[in-house]
Amino acid sequence: MSAVQHISPARRFKDRLAGGLVYLAFAIAVVPLVAVLWMVIQHGVARLDLEFLTHSMRNIGARDAGGGAYHAILGTLEQVALSSLISVPVGLLTAIYLVEYGRGGQLSRAISFFVDVMTGIPSVVSGLFILAFWILALGMPFSGFAGALALSILMMPTVVRSAEEMLRLVPNDLREAAYALGVPKWRTIVKVVLPTAFTGIATGIMLAVARVAGETAPLLLTVFFTDSINEDPFNGPQMGLPLYVFDQAARPTDVAVDRAWAGALTLILIVMLLNLAARFIGWWRSPARNR
Amino acid sequence: MAKQITVSGLDAYYGSHKAIEDVSMTIEPASITAFIGPSGCGKSTFLRTLNRMHEVIPGARVQGKVMLDGQDLYAGDIEPVSVRRMIGMVFQRPNPFPTMSIYENVAAGLRLNGRQAKSKTDDVVERSLRGANLWNEVKDRLNKPGAGLSGGQQQRLCIARAIAVQPDVLLMDEPCSALDPISTLAIEDLMVELKSEFTIVIVTHNMQQAARVSDRTAFFNLAGQGQPGKVIEMDETSRIFTNPSEKATEDYITGRFG
Ligand SMILES: Nc1ncnc2c1ncn2[C@@H]1O[C@H](COP(=O)(O)OP(=O)(O)O)[C@@H](O)[C@H]1O
Ligand SMILES: [Mg+2]
Repeated sequence: MSAVQHISPARRFKDRLAGGLVYLAFAIAVVPLVAVLWMVIQHGVARLDLEFLTHSMRNIGARDAGGGAYHAILGTLEQVALSSLISVPVGLLTAIYLVEYGRGGQLSRAISFFVDVMTGIPSVVSGLFILAFWILALGMPFSGFAGALALSILMMPTVVRSAEEMLRLVPNDLREAAYALGVPKWRTIVKVVLPTAFTGIATGIMLAVARVAGETAPLLLTVFFTDSINEDPFNGPQMGLPLYVFDQAARPTDVAVDRAWAGALTLILIVMLLNLAARFIGWWRSPARNR
Repeated sequence: MAKQITVSGLDAYYGSHKAIEDVSMTIEPASITAFIGPSGCGKSTFLRTLNRMHEVIPGARVQGKVMLDGQDLYAGDIEPVSVRRMIGMVFQRPNPFPTMSIYENVAAGLRLNGRQAKSKTDDVVERSLRGANLWNEVKDRLNKPGAGLSGGQQQRLCIARAIAVQPDVLLMDEPCSALDPISTLAIEDLMVELKSEFTIVIVTHNMQQAARVSDRTAFFNLAGQGQPGKVIEMDETSRIFTNPSEKATEDYITGRFG
């Protein structure tokens, strides 16, 4: 029998070293994030005022100050809402099929493969596809809805993958416990599996939303752009915040560049608010709240 | 209402692997039947064939007959979901629904099946929790999550959940193997109380437990690795433990193997 050993100095040193390296890696990873936030906030607050949030760019001359991004905020919200409306149900149902019904069969392997392919589609290609198919071939007008279609091509695979992962995390025990009570499979999925995975699925959807909210290229090809307010997402060119930033940043005046920064800040704020909302819903629904 | 189960010539497969072969037995109503035997001999598999839970595993299938008071559970036009409503199950690991409160867990069987009148549900929840000897411990925190209970309490919660839908038969797969001795005794007492109302089948690795609670015992064994499990012997529990007719049974219960 050997005696209980002390931690050797060498081990203690290695532990410290590894710990230090992890902290260093973390700091390095955080630098770009903080830098981006810092820059955007610093430059963006100047024009982030009530006028900015409530006015469009209509009748604002090339060198004029003032004006705002109301039309772009409205456009982004409508486009992202529409694309979520399309891709969340389809993506969620696909994930449910893959996890609960597909059982690794031919069809589910094919779907998995195509979802992977979709994940790799460059965003400009999804815009080109909608431009060629929806606008040129079918003769539909430029519209927020066309943009939403392009965005949902990007959003759908993300929703499928994240929801699939979360559904797979739900222990089989719970499904069997429900079956053993004489609960049909579809009800088990709706009442037991989905609520258990809810928080994770909501987070995944938020990440997908955040991703498409910042897309510029597909919007350029599908919603075109405008300086006026267009409330109808189904008809006529709209604006979106990424487009707005792109457009303003390219103009040669300081006032336009200030508006671009404010637009970027608004976009970040919107995504952050949505994220907070999702977290709040997750917390609200979690059993931990009642403990 | 407790019912009788009669099994004849039952084989169960996982894909091409035959896990149990030619099992025939009668499980008497309003009594406790224990299954014992070494690990991997197919006790859980057999138990799950009794309420058609076996077939939820991909590739799993069953051949043979299971009769519940004369009705063939594997007849072509039988709805598996309705079988599971009549034959409830308690699992080895307590598995309360994590998103539900204690109350909701017990009411789950009723609510998930769409039947609900608040006052009636209240009654069923109280009666089931009393039935599972858990009422006094949880009556003040019915709205707290079920996952916040101790392991033994969680298992009794699962029993309450199973009896809330008023099945005829209660299947229990090693219900005490994850529990401490005090909780184990509580659940054993509970089983003895419940057997007047339900037909109870319990798988256990604990010989004393089988001897303490069960009326009849079946001994399962398998000839070798990869072979299907079979019922070696089934008899009154007192006989199995004092004077078994098979050598293998005696070897197993005296601890010579398994
Ligand atoms: N889900 C499963 N898939 C494939 N084989 C399984 C599965 N569950 C059990 N088996 C096999 O079936 C046989 C019986 O297992 P089981 O019924 O769990 O035995 P016991 O409960 O008596 O320990 C074992 O050989 C086991 O490997
Ligand atoms: Mg087992």
